[in-house]
Amino acid sequence: MGLAKRIIPCLDVDNGRVVKGVKFVDIRDAGNPVEVARRYNEEGADEITFLDITASSDDRETIVHVVEQVASEVFIPLTVGGGIRKVDDVRRMLNAGADKVAINTAAVFNPEFVKEATDKFGSQCIVVAIDAKQVSKEGEPLRWEIFTHGGRKPTGIDAIEWAKKMTDYGAGEILLTSMDRDGTKIGFDNELTHAVAAAVSIPLIASGGVGNLQHLVDGVKQGGADAVLAASIFHFAEYSVGEAKAFMADQGVEVRL
Amino acid sequence: MSHRIAVLDYGMGNLRSVSKAIEHVAGDAEVRVTDDHEFIRAADRIVFPGQGAARDCMIAIGEHHLNQAILEAARTKPFLGICMGLQVLMQHSQENDGTDLLGLFDGDVVRFDGKAIGDNGLPLKIPHMGWSPVDQSAGHPLWNGIDSGSRFYFVHSYHVKPKDASLTAATTEYGVKFVSAVSRDNLFAVQFHPEKSADAGLQLLENFVNWDL
Repeated sequence: MGLAKRIIPCLDVDNGRVVKGVKFVDIRDAGNPVEVARRYNEEGADEITFLDITASSDDRETIVHVVEQVASEVFIPLTVGGGIRKVDDVRRMLNAGADKVAINTAAVFNPEFVKEATDKFGSQCIVVAIDAKQVSKEGEPLRWEIFTHGGRKPTGIDAIEWAKKMTDYGAGEILLTSMDRDGTKIGFDNELTHAVAAAVSIPLIASGGVGNLQHLVDGVKQGGADAVLAASIFHFAEYSVGEAKAFMADQGVEVRL
Repeated sequence: MSHRIAVLDYGMGNLRSVSKAIEHVAGDAEVRVTDDHEFIRAADRIVFPGQGAARDCMIAIGEHHLNQAILEAARTKPFLGICMGLQVLMQHSQENDGTDLLGLFDGDVVRFDGKAIGDNGLPLKIPHMGWSPVDQSAGHPLWNGIDSGSRFYFVHSYHVKPKDASLTAATTEYGVKFVSAVSRDNLFAVQFHPEKSADAGLQLLENFVNWDL
């Protein structure tokens, strides 16, 4: 028995409400992030990630209150991403009770921000989120680049080089999303996951594309991920976190049961 | 009986989760995040958390003039060290090119060497981050209701190596077998984060709140 692979449900939160519909039969208010987080915790989630997709910066304060409430009653690690642009954003989230903060676009435009944040708060609480897309053509060696703005804007930065650089800058963990797979439900891009996992010495969370429980297993076994993140399969109650873990354990993946 | 629990605050990291988790299990006890020497001296129990680098922790403890208060509490009343709150009780850490610590226990704090290979064929990642089994070395009131081998949440790159083997309260495997909890008399200290370890963690904190010497 060793370190368990982590299963991380991700909640998209817009203006303090969970979006993308959560269908739990016995939850009163499926849009309430606190109730949803409590449920995931009861099902055995190893961590919970909140992605704040609030468009207006005026409404950003709402996610702080969400984190405060969740952290007062759910005692597993909490990660918050979305709109983290400066050291003060990191501090606000940590003070609210987040354990880790995910930095995405801001890292691309200002890599020094990652250094600054890890110097100030420690590597353990800084996750660098990487959105990558395959840019190599058929027959060419595989290559992926970083994209920003939800996968719309290319940056020309090589995903593997970027992951190494962010590790050198002090990141404690990488959250890797395949923009080719995100929302497709056909499984993680395991070649991308493995290429990055093998290139860095810090833990890697695979994200983007999960449609069934076998995909979670593949992310670990083929992709070499230390943790797997999924949103929709849990939100729509297609599977509970508990079912996911039981399935993974059956397939020989070490999980916390 | 009114009961006071001090969570030592020396500016290293966010103590909110620690205090919230203790409040959750502490009934009507007063839980205060503080560096106030009077409160610490009068408190019934002390929780000593900590995150970040060894040198920064030692500097922050010095700036808050807590060295003596910590050592005194660690000898006299129920005391729970968490993460860096375990490591800084040792003599010396390899971190930051070598850092002298509080020296309550003989032994060093060393880094995982990064050479061990995981079951996916890749080198084990550092930090050791996630849920690992904690194998209890002997019975202790703080293990009440917790099975040996229960998983707790870890985040760390360094681990303690106490010279006195009788201090070991638990071990954990991560490439190497390391000491994940120590105990002596009124003191218990853990490398993992009970405040982030769901039911097992809350049980341990509740056991601490109810621990009668």
